[in-house]
Amino acid sequence: MKVKQVSAGEKAFRILSTLVLLAVIFVMLYPFWYVIVCSFSSLSHVQNTVFILWPDGLHLEAYQQVFRNELVPTAYANTLFVTLVGTAISMVLTILGAFVLSRKDLPGRNLLTFFVVFTMLFSGGLVPLYLQVRRLSLLNTLWSLILPVCISTYNLIIMRNFFQGVPDALYEAAVLDGASITTYLWRILLPLSTSAIATITLFYAVDYWNAYYYALIFITKKAVWPMQALLRQVIMSSEMDSLMYDDGIQNIASEMLKDAMIVVTAMPIICVYPFLQRYFVKGVMVGSLKG
Amino acid sequence: MRSAATIAAGTVKPRRKLQKDHIRLYLLFLPVAVWYIVFQYVPMGGLVIAFQDFKILKGIGASKFVGLENFTYLFSLPSFLQAIRNTLIMAAQRLVFSFPLPILFALLLNEVQNPRMKKAAQTISYLPHFISWSVAGGLVYMLLSPNTGVINNVIKMLGGSPKNFLGQSQYFYGIVLFSGMWKNLGWGSIVYLAAITGIDDQLYEAAYIDGAGRLKRIWHVTLPGIRTCIAVMLILEVGNFLSISFNQIFALINKAVLDKGETLDYFVYRMGLNSSNNFSVATATGLIKSLVGLVMILVTNKIAKKLTDGEGGIW
Repeated sequence: MKVKQVSAGEKAFRILSTLVLLAVIFVMLYPFWYVIVCSFSSLSHVQNTVFILWPDGLHLEAYQQVFRNELVPTAYANTLFVTLVGTAISMVLTILGAFVLSRKDLPGRNLLTFFVVFTMLFSGGLVPLYLQVRRLSLLNTLWSLILPVCISTYNLIIMRNFFQGVPDALYEAAVLDGASITTYLWRILLPLSTSAIATITLFYAVDYWNAYYYALIFITKKAVWPMQALLRQVIMSSEMDSLMYDDGIQNIASEMLKDAMIVVTAMPIICVYPFLQRYFVKGVMVGSLKG
Repeated sequence: MRSAATIAAGTVKPRRKLQKDHIRLYLLFLPVAVWYIVFQYVPMGGLVIAFQDFKILKGIGASKFVGLENFTYLFSLPSFLQAIRNTLIMAAQRLVFSFPLPILFALLLNEVQNPRMKKAAQTISYLPHFISWSVAGGLVYMLLSPNTGVINNVIKMLGGSPKNFLGQSQYFYGIVLFSGMWKNLGWGSIVYLAAITGIDDQLYEAAYIDGAGRLKRIWHVTLPGIRTCIAVMLILEVGNFLSISFNQIFALINKAVLDKGETLDYFVYRMGLNSSNNFSVATATGLIKSLVGLVMILVTNKIAKKLTDGEGGIW
């Protein structure tokens, strides 16, 4: 549709909509920009500037102090472990579950589907889960951040829907060639599903990377906390002391320390996000279809 | 003779193989089933402690059965009633203020002519969705900090006195509302943008020929075109009415704002795991919430299905 003559109303609409859009972009980005700029600024700059837009140089003191604390590298390693190992376990279980539920000829399939989907509607809740994690002796281990959450039923159903979309003729051809069902999964279905697998892998990885409150519930040893949990405690100031040293840096500097902690925690996601964004959006579209 | 044998083999063999494949499928499902039993269904069974005077050292088997005592105790607790009130208020303000925003944003994005600007706006507005609530909560704390936060800086510049937004409970509902909007605006608009893409271009052309301006086209073509989508999303939102993200509350709440900030989920956490280790009362709260949530989802899903002739439900 081409608009050749631009009326005054049309012009006003365009200007107004552009302005609103720019305002939205600003509101979305400024909080990130604000903490990044503050974390690299000098103390006096942060204290004396009303509306900070640029740092006054490249001051790394806040970062030096963050990394001087041994909890930070440990927490980072914990987060990496949970994200990598957790995502791997999640993907294996999700693919298995989704594959089995996608086989329409399997007797009892509806019952199994109900068995899985019912947990989306009803759950035992926090305390029974805590007691179960305790009974399994998982408290204060990194496994408590992986095992209780390693299947997301939502992701499993998305994956199942994708598998169901693959033409059945492929399966029949494979069977005629003498392939077993496991060979079919491994040799034919999975290579065809790389985009769905990439999307679901990313969903899981982001969830593991971002999870924090189970860590604060299941883990009382600071050395086992992931980065997000440590950050939350630092923000709430209850963990401030362990990041502070006796070098005369007072209250205001603690704000910059928090800025630096936020940047250190959020940076990996912010950096990889633009490259992976299309996979995420694809996942939403697949998820909005019913099976 | 020979050909008959091969035909017979050809039909019989796959069937036997099929059974073998079914056994293999059940075996493949086994680890998944074990996970669901251990981490979903056993905890569901653990809900029985809502009817017990549960002592962790005695365990479920030896703890005393007390019937509905925990529930009557709950409803006598002012902090429980306040938690219900907080949950309802946060849910209502989300429904009224946060729900329409992604629709408006999708309409706005759809009117942007420059494709690069549209793409940039989408990418940037989806970003907050991928940030953890502990980071988002950190951003809120930094922006609103009474010492250095930019909001208070501006208030000071305009001659006001700085406010401790996160330390005073009257601001908490607003903070929850706005931080939730910030995090979900872009991501929530994806569904509506997809629905808008499905609208027939001819409708726009016809409206244009009839002399409809931009606003009229939005009102008479775009909005009716995504009406079903909006209705379904609204119903699903109502179905999830009570689920105020624990992730969000846990990242924002502090002791000073407990009276306005405590939702049912946080009440469960504080009762059961944080301060008093009152497992039974906490579980009773969780059970009430789960049951109400279940009923609401079932009812709204039924409505969604009816509305869209079976297309719009979540299953």
